[in-house]
Amino acid sequence: MSLNIIVLAKQVPDTRNVGKDAMKADGTINRAALPAIFNPEDLNALEQALRLKDANPGSTITLLTMGLPRASEIIREAIYRGADTGIVLTDRTLGGADTLATSYTLAQAVKKFGNYDIILGGRQAIDGDTAQVGPQIAEKLGLPQVTYAEEILDLKDGKVTIKRRLENGVETVVAPLPCVVTVNGSAADCRPRNARRVQKYKYAVSPSEKEKLSDEMKAIVDARPYLNLQEWSAAYVDADPEQIGLPGSPTKVKAIENVVFTAKESLTLGNDDEAIENLVKELIANHTIG
Amino acid sequence: MTDKNNIIVYCEYEDGKVADVSLELLTKGRVLADKLGVKLEALVIGDKLDNIENTLYPYGVDVVYKVEDSRLYPYTSNPHAAVLINLFKEIEPQICLMGATCIGRDLGPRVSSCLHSGLTADCTALEIGDHKDPKTGKEYTDLLYQIRPAFGGNIVATIVNPECRPQMATVREGVMKKEIKDASYKGEAVKLDADKYVKPEDFVVEIIDRHIEKSKVNIKNSPIIVAGGYGMGSKEGFDMLFDLANTLGGEVGASRAAVDAGFAEHDRQIGQTGVTVRPKLYIACGISGQIQHIAGMQDSSIIISINNDPNAPINTIADYVITGNVEDIVPKLIKYYKKNSK
Repeated sequence: MSLNIIVLAKQVPDTRNVGKDAMKADGTINRAALPAIFNPEDLNALEQALRLKDANPGSTITLLTMGLPRASEIIREAIYRGADTGIVLTDRTLGGADTLATSYTLAQAVKKFGNYDIILGGRQAIDGDTAQVGPQIAEKLGLPQVTYAEEILDLKDGKVTIKRRLENGVETVVAPLPCVVTVNGSAADCRPRNARRVQKYKYAVSPSEKEKLSDEMKAIVDARPYLNLQEWSAAYVDADPEQIGLPGSPTKVKAIENVVFTAKESLTLGNDDEAIENLVKELIANHTIG
Repeated sequence: MTDKNNIIVYCEYEDGKVADVSLELLTKGRVLADKLGVKLEALVIGDKLDNIENTLYPYGVDVVYKVEDSRLYPYTSNPHAAVLINLFKEIEPQICLMGATCIGRDLGPRVSSCLHSGLTADCTALEIGDHKDPKTGKEYTDLLYQIRPAFGGNIVATIVNPECRPQMATVREGVMKKEIKDASYKGEAVKLDADKYVKPEDFVVEIIDRHIEKSKVNIKNSPIIVAGGYGMGSKEGFDMLFDLANTLGGEVGASRAAVDAGFAEHDRQIGQTGVTVRPKLYIACGISGQIQHIAGMQDSSIIISINNDPNAPINTIADYVITGNVEDIVPKLIKYYKKNSK
């Protein structure tokens, strides 16, 4: 049985490697100082999709991402690893979306996409860590959800069997298709790029990227349908302007602070034996240890 | 059941016991309810709920809603979401709190998506306060301030939901304190009919196997924690931290960066997206101190920071700062503890 698989992914700033220049003096984020990466758990989701495709030849994997036009970078990355194609949902009006407005917009895109059997995505993105968009999309589409998925064990007869990794154990569930599955970081790592796919798809571009190409390159891309990625606007997915971007977000950021912790009077100790022994003696004397 | 606009806490229930995180949220919910002059309500969904209300009343709970049905235990997404969605349409709570657990983080978004109410994940503080919309100038009183580190823990954001109700927030276990308000506090138990709230077709996902096991690591209740950061360099680098923890009778914790790098297991992660701890002694080894980490350990009684970098952010909240190589200093701590303790 061939499957139509949608993988939801996000291009995120690499918040795990924040350097000292990542924060501006006024406490806001210097996004330019942070590299944009493929959200790690979305790669775990992609691997589960690729395994489904391996087991069900003829299946198609479409990466769906919402973000800036440059998010087409992660679509190429996914294609190098085995995905078939991708769509960037991008529009100025989508800026400032909270998780609810984001899930509404993505759900609209999924409806526009139409025929799908399963939707996979990472459990959460490292820039927000909310884990909310997956279940919110499921609700908007009226689909069941399986969160914290670690492994898709089986898919047949319109049902999918999934192992979930919870904080206090493991659960195996069976859900009907179509459904939304969010995949944990504890799932299998994504396979690396395939060199032949990199060769074949390295010139895959979105329409806004194609515009910037030379006429010669445009002709090359035009002659090869598989090099054309899609870009969808809010209007194209019939999104209600009231429900997207900042206006569609019930949560508002009241304040953002670059936190200054109440500094204690720290005692700076030497790292020589005597200083360490004195510290240990002090901690024993005041019953902190021992 | 005509009472409206109260605060409701979704209580998790496993093996006849209400989860600690739910009791912590009831404690916080009571404080917020007093501030707002409203009732505190608890919602328990499951099977064999017996006299669960008696466990909850002492936290200052005025109303316990009980939805009992064998199909509602163990938790599955759609049926529990259906109860919350339909009940909230009736009682219109102004605030709903739930644990930022696998259940709360599965359930909360589903409910908020249906009710179009804002939801903030992993809050580290909840307060009541006013808000003026900077664009429209419209003023709001007594909103829930949902405070959380954001952006990988590099900033702290205060989030409000001015227009939508309920204002929903999840909080991790251990972030709020659990405290009995009054052992003789009496509320009212209200039994709800599951069939009124859940449709048979909501039972779509079937659990075919379940192994619930308590985590072997108990850093939350350990009085002494030796925590390592990315600076430990490797999984092997953590070995000496285990030696020190074993010597002192403590546990080993880790920063998110160290866990992400595979140096330590997930259940050792301390911080906003891990466990919040308040030990007697916290020894931070090679931890720079991102906000999201500090948020999970700043209430430790005594903090010792061992770091190569004299300007590591964690040093500002440490009681003792030792600048140097962890590999040199940790063995000395072990040596002198063994020498001096008897």
